[in-house]
Amino acid sequence: MKTLGRYISPGWFLVAPFLLLVAAFYLGPILNILWLSFTDPVPGVGNYRELYESDALVRIIWTTVRVCIVTTVFSVLLGYVIAYAMVHAHENKRNLMLGFVLVSFWISILVRTFSWLMLLGRNGLVNNAFETIGIISEPIAFMRNELGVLIGMVHYMVPYAVLPLLVNMQTLDMRVMNASRNLGASGTQTFWRIYLPLTTPGLVASTLLVFILSLGFYVTPAVLGGGKVLMVAEYIYVQLLVTLQWGTAAMLAALMLFGVLGLLYVMSRFMKLSTVFGGTAS
Amino acid sequence: MASPVPTQGNLNIRDLSKKFGDFLAVDKVNLKIEKGEFLTLLGPSGSGKTTLLMMIAGFLDITAGDIDLNGASIANIPAEKRNFGMVFQGYALFPHMTVRENIGYALSVRKRPASEIKARVDEMLDLVQLQDFTDRKPGQLSGGQQQRVALARALSFAPPVLLLDEPLGALDKKLRVEVQDQLKDIHDRIGTTFIYVTHDQEEALSMSDRIVIMRDGRTEQVGTPLELYEKPESRFVASFLGKSNFLEQPDGLYALRPEKIDICAAGTGAGPARLTGTVRSITYFGSMLRVMVDIAGGTEVEVDVDSWRINTPLSKGQKVDLTWSDAASVKLARG
Ligand SMILES: Nc1ncnc2c1ncn2[C@@H]1O[C@H](COP(=O)(O)OP(=O)(O)O)[C@@H](O)[C@H]1O
Ligand SMILES: [Mg+2]
Repeated sequence: MKTLGRYISPGWFLVAPFLLLVAAFYLGPILNILWLSFTDPVPGVGNYRELYESDALVRIIWTTVRVCIVTTVFSVLLGYVIAYAMVHAHENKRNLMLGFVLVSFWISILVRTFSWLMLLGRNGLVNNAFETIGIISEPIAFMRNELGVLIGMVHYMVPYAVLPLLVNMQTLDMRVMNASRNLGASGTQTFWRIYLPLTTPGLVASTLLVFILSLGFYVTPAVLGGGKVLMVAEYIYVQLLVTLQWGTAAMLAALMLFGVLGLLYVMSRFMKLSTVFGGTAS
Repeated sequence: MASPVPTQGNLNIRDLSKKFGDFLAVDKVNLKIEKGEFLTLLGPSGSGKTTLLMMIAGFLDITAGDIDLNGASIANIPAEKRNFGMVFQGYALFPHMTVRENIGYALSVRKRPASEIKARVDEMLDLVQLQDFTDRKPGQLSGGQQQRVALARALSFAPPVLLLDEPLGALDKKLRVEVQDQLKDIHDRIGTTFIYVTHDQEEALSMSDRIVIMRDGRTEQVGTPLELYEKPESRFVASFLGKSNFLEQPDGLYALRPEKIDICAAGTGAGPARLTGTVRSITYFGSMLRVMVDIAGGTEVEVDVDSWRINTPLSKGQKVDLTWSDAASVKLARG
């Protein structure tokens, strides 16, 4: 013990059980997936070569990325507006708004997805109402297409977009905004030149969080896309349980994993940058 | 810079009030501030100094009253159009901009040409002696340097009035004295009207042309440092600016500064004693001695004596005589 302790800080012994746990339940499966992606059904890079050879696969990945980017843009924009309203609202209103944001975390994604169908489906509330009033003669196709997927995903993601922005905006010193106005800047100038740059760390965090979470979406595209919007997560599911091509599934999983790790790396660079100008004056 | 606004302004504040809910933070303040004056708002924390300044700057709506700049009301002009420079409590520098960008901001939002901005920023950097720090961010500067950036930024667009809210509050004592001198020097050179908020009486005494003593949202007394120190009108002013003894006389309350009292061993004075008492404590401060004297009847009088003037050492418990000239004690108009 003594001799070991000389080389290893005793703190490691305390966290060792948890490290083992993490290794066994996270690292192990991940390595297993990597292993599978190179060995199933035959050893080699065959699974990865599919990326070049299969149009379907490329289309699925492209759909996923496109849907995720659009979802992220709208979620973060909405999240920015909501967070801004929350920070600048009166305290009791702010708590009410925060309550709404948090409640949406507790409602199952299934419930939220199906309620969109009831609301915007062919025979949903909105289409029925419009038809009854006579605004439209044919139901509007909100659902069972990419638009439906986007509506459902943005709805689910907005609270995630709000939180990092909220934290960021709450720490801002409002005197800085006053100083900008005092120096003759209009509200618009103050927003673009002061407020937006100072909330960039929150925007980056929010964007990456939403984008990464969106990549793994399964339920919403499956239900609201009506089978027309096939995204990576659903495709992996099909490969695993229907066509039993575990190698392809593992390859896609590995691809997403490294895509996310790459993004996180970019984020860590950004966050470091943010600390450079994070040391505020006051 | 060819500036459309005069670089000096006089302000006339008339019956200015501010209510937060039911709470009257500023109560019917009347003040005339002359062109180029260095006016200090001095008062304890919570006396309404910042609120008054924020109304002048345009960040707070006026509840009642009016403010005129060079004869015209500015009450309805928004903050960004008032053209008042302001050094905020805590400086409020833009943390993501360099020193140069911070100082150039006011001209840049006015869409001035780059060459003019550069020239003006250089001029400002010279004024506050920050030529070597142009590319640093505020987070990389010391408190004193940040304070100077804030000052340069506030002066960059040649405002007619500069408002300063406890600009030295974050600095340590020694640096504060140094920066006081620099501030005063800058004021003398550019001649802009300064309205300076502080709760530090030494700062107020040493820098100001005039001081406004604030108390509970009202102006307690206005005057030059000398007037306020020598002729306080109330007990509050006498004890807030420097120290004072208070003597109850048949015709009213008198203030008496500790350093204006002569002290000597009982019976050794030239004339008759005004008060006699016993020494309770003596504290040595190098250049002076602080002697606390118990007067018969229960009051206590503080006497500050220059050390060099004590020829026979005083000791605790000793009987002493206190004398002072008629001019030394001031009758207070208000309690
Ligand atoms: N936004 C506000 N809402 C309510 N009360 C305020 C507000 N701002 C200041 N006050 C109150 O007004 C009084 C004066 O405040 P302030 O002007 O900041 O004093 P000072 O700057 O002299 O310390 C204080 O009692 C303070 O609590
Ligand atoms: Mg204040």
